[in-house]
Amino acid sequence: MSMFSRSPWILHYDGSSCNGCDIEVLACLTPLYDVERFGVVNTGNPKHADIFLVTGSVNERNIDIIQNLYGQMPDPKVVVAVGACACSGGIFARAYNIQGGIDKVIPVDVYVPGCAARPESIIDGVVQGIAALEEKRKKRAS
Amino acid sequence: MNTAIYGLLFVVLAPLFGGLLAGVDRRVSARMQSRIGPPLLQPFYDVGKLLQKKTRQVNPVAGPLLLGHVIFMAATGALLLGGTDLIFVAFVFALAALFLVLAAGSANSPYSFTGAERELIVLLASEPFFILMMAGVCKVSGVSTFGDVLAYPQWVAPQLPGILIAFLIVATIKLRKSPFDISTSHHPHQELVSGLTTDMSGRLLAYVEVAHWYESAILCAFMVLLFNRSWPIGLVAFGVAYALEVLVDNSTSRAKWQLVLRSTWAATLVLCGGNVLALFVIGR
Repeated sequence: MSMFSRSPWILHYDGSSCNGCDIEVLACLTPLYDVERFGVVNTGNPKHADIFLVTGSVNERNIDIIQNLYGQMPDPKVVVAVGACACSGGIFARAYNIQGGIDKVIPVDVYVPGCAARPESIIDGVVQGIAALEEKRKKRAS
Repeated sequence: MNTAIYGLLFVVLAPLFGGLLAGVDRRVSARMQSRIGPPLLQPFYDVGKLLQKKTRQVNPVAGPLLLGHVIFMAATGALLLGGTDLIFVAFVFALAALFLVLAAGSANSPYSFTGAERELIVLLASEPFFILMMAGVCKVSGVSTFGDVLAYPQWVAPQLPGILIAFLIVATIKLRKSPFDISTSHHPHQELVSGLTTDMSGRLLAYVEVAHWYESAILCAFMVLLFNRSWPIGLVAFGVAYALEVLVDNSTSRAKWQLVLRSTWAATLVLCGGNVLALFVIGR
């Protein structure tokens, strides 16, 4: 196990989410789930982050923001799409202003389904994200 | 010769001490919030990971400046334990902090720049204390190096009560604890993104972390200096002070810079200035 799997720092961005998934993401930090046990830190700074956790779908106004945040994260990095909207656009998919899931604008490594995604499945998604991060690190090193 | 070895030992062992202290800090903070918290060695994992990440420099001078920050922090401790004049050590300590300000100011991000400005303010707030503390220790013991103060046959601390209390207030700044962590804005409550470190990534952020470990160890050495007759008691005193800092960190919100400057200067002027003045008046 390398240092990456012991210290995944997360950047959380809310696209056009209804806030259901965001509340569940924050629930992961509370005493009940306490993801800091695994070294997870909610950084709020793309330049410090390893995992980009996006909730909600992509709309016309946040395409640039998502691409900008993703671009500012130093390699190796992983994107986790949390919730039905982030995966595919969800119930908003056919709305006039919605582009669809996060994978329309940046490459997504892990999809976490659910409306809203449960904290357990979000943690599971992050753990799979860590495995993807580890693979990218190995690829970068070789 | 012996003192030079102590200086070298500090350079090697201080990061281990500082990193472990940061680990204990995060665990104790988590317990205060009814959480389990990260493993004890988490700060080492974090730095290990940061060293493997790609480093992005907004301004190419940031790298050398941050390396200077680490080197001068290590040098402060090495000079202190190596037997250099205490006042000189206080000035090198300030210089080390200045490197961080320059590195943060070199990036064009408004968050980083505001962090750098706030760091200058907290430097302005804390530096007079360290000079007065050294002056007080030198006045009481009549000697001016770390080794000589430790060899001084009487306790220094009972004659420096004001400085001991002010130490707790200034250590809040140096250990980057709420309510005085205005320049970094650490993770639990962030209003400046990451303040000083906003534009530092990968290796650069690792430098800042390691320098902070040195900084904690230097503060511990200062506490040992004040409890000169027995270093274990000095260590225990530092432990108690650190526990208080963690408690305050978890129970207060961040102050405005005006309050930081006023309260620190008031404590320095009244407690330290009064203490040193009393020493001169009584000592006459």
